[in-house]
Amino acid sequence: MGVTGTTNDWATTTLETAVNWARANSLWPMPFGTACCGIEMMAAFMAKYDTARFGSEVMKFSPRQSDLLIVSGRISLKMMPVLQRIWEQMPEPKWCISMGACASSGGVFDTYTLIQGVDQFIPVDAYMPGCPPRPEAFLDALMMVQEKAKKGQAKSQEYVSADASSDPAKSVAYRTPDTHYRHGMDRSTPSREKSGG
Amino acid sequence: MITYKPENHLSLLAKVEAFAGDRLLGREEKSHYHQFKVRGQDAKSLIQFLRDEPGLGFEMFIDLTAVDYLRYPIAQPERFAVITTLLSPTLGIRVQVKAFVAEGDPRLPSLSDLYLGANWTEREVWDLYGIEFMGHPDLKRILMPDDYEGHPLRKDYPLRGRGERGNFPVYHATTQKPQGGV
Amino acid sequence: MYSYEKEIVERDENTVHMNVGPSHPAMHGTLRVKMEVKGERIMNTEQEIGFLHTGFEKLGEHRSYNQFITLTDRLNYFSPLSNNIGFALASEELLGITVPRRCQVIRTILAEMSRLADHSLCVGAMTMDLGAFTSILWTFVEREKLYDVFEAVTGTRLTSSYTRVGGLAFDLPADFEKRVTAILDSMEKTLDNLRGSFYKNRIFLDRTEGIGVITKEDAMSYGITGPMARASGVPYDIRTFRPYMIYNELKFEVPLYKEGDTLARYKIRIDEMAESISLVRQAMKLLEPGPINFEDQKRTLPDKTSTYGDMESLIHHFKLVMPGNDHGIHPPVSDIYSATEAPNGELGWHLVSDGTSNPYRVRIRPPSFINYPVLKQLLKGSMLADLVAILGSFNIIAGELDR
Repeated sequence: MGVTGTTNDWATTTLETAVNWARANSLWPMPFGTACCGIEMMAAFMAKYDTARFGSEVMKFSPRQSDLLIVSGRISLKMMPVLQRIWEQMPEPKWCISMGACASSGGVFDTYTLIQGVDQFIPVDAYMPGCPPRPEAFLDALMMVQEKAKKGQAKSQEYVSADASSDPAKSVAYRTPDTHYRHGMDRSTPSREKSGG
Repeated sequence: MITYKPENHLSLLAKVEAFAGDRLLGREEKSHYHQFKVRGQDAKSLIQFLRDEPGLGFEMFIDLTAVDYLRYPIAQPERFAVITTLLSPTLGIRVQVKAFVAEGDPRLPSLSDLYLGANWTEREVWDLYGIEFMGHPDLKRILMPDDYEGHPLRKDYPLRGRGERGNFPVYHATTQKPQGGV
Repeated sequence: MYSYEKEIVERDENTVHMNVGPSHPAMHGTLRVKMEVKGERIMNTEQEIGFLHTGFEKLGEHRSYNQFITLTDRLNYFSPLSNNIGFALASEELLGITVPRRCQVIRTILAEMSRLADHSLCVGAMTMDLGAFTSILWTFVEREKLYDVFEAVTGTRLTSSYTRVGGLAFDLPADFEKRVTAILDSMEKTLDNLRGSFYKNRIFLDRTEGIGVITKEDAMSYGITGPMARASGVPYDIRTFRPYMIYNELKFEVPLYKEGDTLARYKIRIDEMAESISLVRQAMKLLEPGPINFEDQKRTLPDKTSTYGDMESLIHHFKLVMPGNDHGIHPPVSDIYSATEAPNGELGWHLVSDGTSNPYRVRIRPPSFINYPVLKQLLKGSMLADLVAILGSFNIIAGELDR
């Protein structure tokens, strides 16, 4: 927590830090469990691993009430438009975990119907290796997203140059994180200035 | 419980050979079932016979699938074969009917009015192999998207597709360069 | 017989189109059901599948027999070991191999344990869909214990890839028997809890009794197999139809119900779990030391320790795993249909071989795909809330449904 000073009975912080801290500790996941990884994701939500310890046990199947998309499982040609629609419906700020080899890179299935990594088409904050990853790996990725949220970072709000975003072939640019910029309460973001102005 | 009774194969063979006669292209004995080979247009009458003939009673549908023999080392009568597997609860045996379908005109009569299970499996074969089932109530794609082109399980279709899987809009955050900030 | 051609839907201004899925908590993965509803009554439905179509069958033509075993894990991910065993048996039948006895006993034990894992998740998820959250926590606790055993045996929790053509990847761990006995005892307690909580529960009975009845004739015509068929009175189980592995040496009753409703499908899974527990106990007594792999090293991968240790095994290993047509296993040019009783029903493999090291065609006859279409006819005229109850009792697994 970005507390700048504490003693017994007082604390100072910026409003932004406090909001980010609150967000990070109450991530509401939108579980997009399609295949094997979905079962391990379920295992992570159940009694033994218990994501409630991280404040994110509220599985919201409504994308409009959630801020963490967990893509767990293989995404096929027919599923990709659905996934993009769900991503579109989620309110900002939002994060995305790509769980398992299939969601991250297509995994063992290099076939005509399988998307070779969802990060080609939607921004991904944390990748999880494994086929499927263990629930511990899921918790690790969740903590990574929490760290990002505390810093006010999100891949979905990262700057992408105009040519890179318009050309799918250049979408590889997503894989190399460069400049992050703050979102949420930060008044210096261009979109805020415009709407506020 | 239904149990396997290998002794019933003999009566099945006699009945099928008497019914099909010349229309039978061949038969093969497998580990625990017999496979009858016919032309596509004869398959339905044979399967109806297997189901309705007293003493046979192949009432249980097991599977319907297809094979593309384009690159098979042994010459086959036609390029495609539609394979139907059935089970007789009374005789306690399985049977397979292999119906050969020509490459130029891949069509054969639908079994969907004989077996309810044929409805979806035939749609699957149409989707993945492009074999048309005449008389099917709702023959459309089942696994692939409706606007997909081609039949992916054919041997001349590439494993990695024809670029469909890269053909989606890219979702990005902003193309406006941040001013100030980090 | 239900006729699709005679479907007449009376539409008026109160008819509403409703869509459930493909991302919906009650849709068990990626199913989609489009409905026309009038009030709470479902008039017509259309099921859409294919959201998880992965191309297993196409990929199988480009992979060798042993490589494909890895892919079979991802078919029915509730019970991957059943798929491993089914495919290994099918390719062994194609090659004409009979595996040693210890291997058969181990496979039988693991097949029944994965049936326990599959059914426990199904009954838990079904009751969760109906509003009882506690039961899925109970069954998941049991599943976690089963995962621990699978991890000790195969090295992973879920995607096991444990079988090989002609044997197993490696032998059992030393404490296997102790671990399994502990699980079976706690599993029995959970079964008692599940029976006690639901068999006389008025809310549960109202939601399931007489709901979604499948008649015996329809079940056979659809080709429905497994617990769903046996709940409708179809006495078909491949373990007794054509016993494979060591099932003919074990004593078991296959549970059979006549009702064919959702409650019967729930009860039959509980009964089958009790049977599986007894089967595992019986098979554990038959476990004796011995070889686990088929002796001919031209067709079976040698033991891993000897691969590292002696020259001959290393050569055999390379001959089997190297790509190209001069290497690998070469079955005779033929085609076979082989089936095993997977937790959901008949898991059939139609393998066509052209004599090369890769199969020419791998057809997977998935129980879920054949069991699922009946939903349309069950939903017609039923209430909207019945959808989740009926679908939960089907145990449709999308990986297997769409392949």
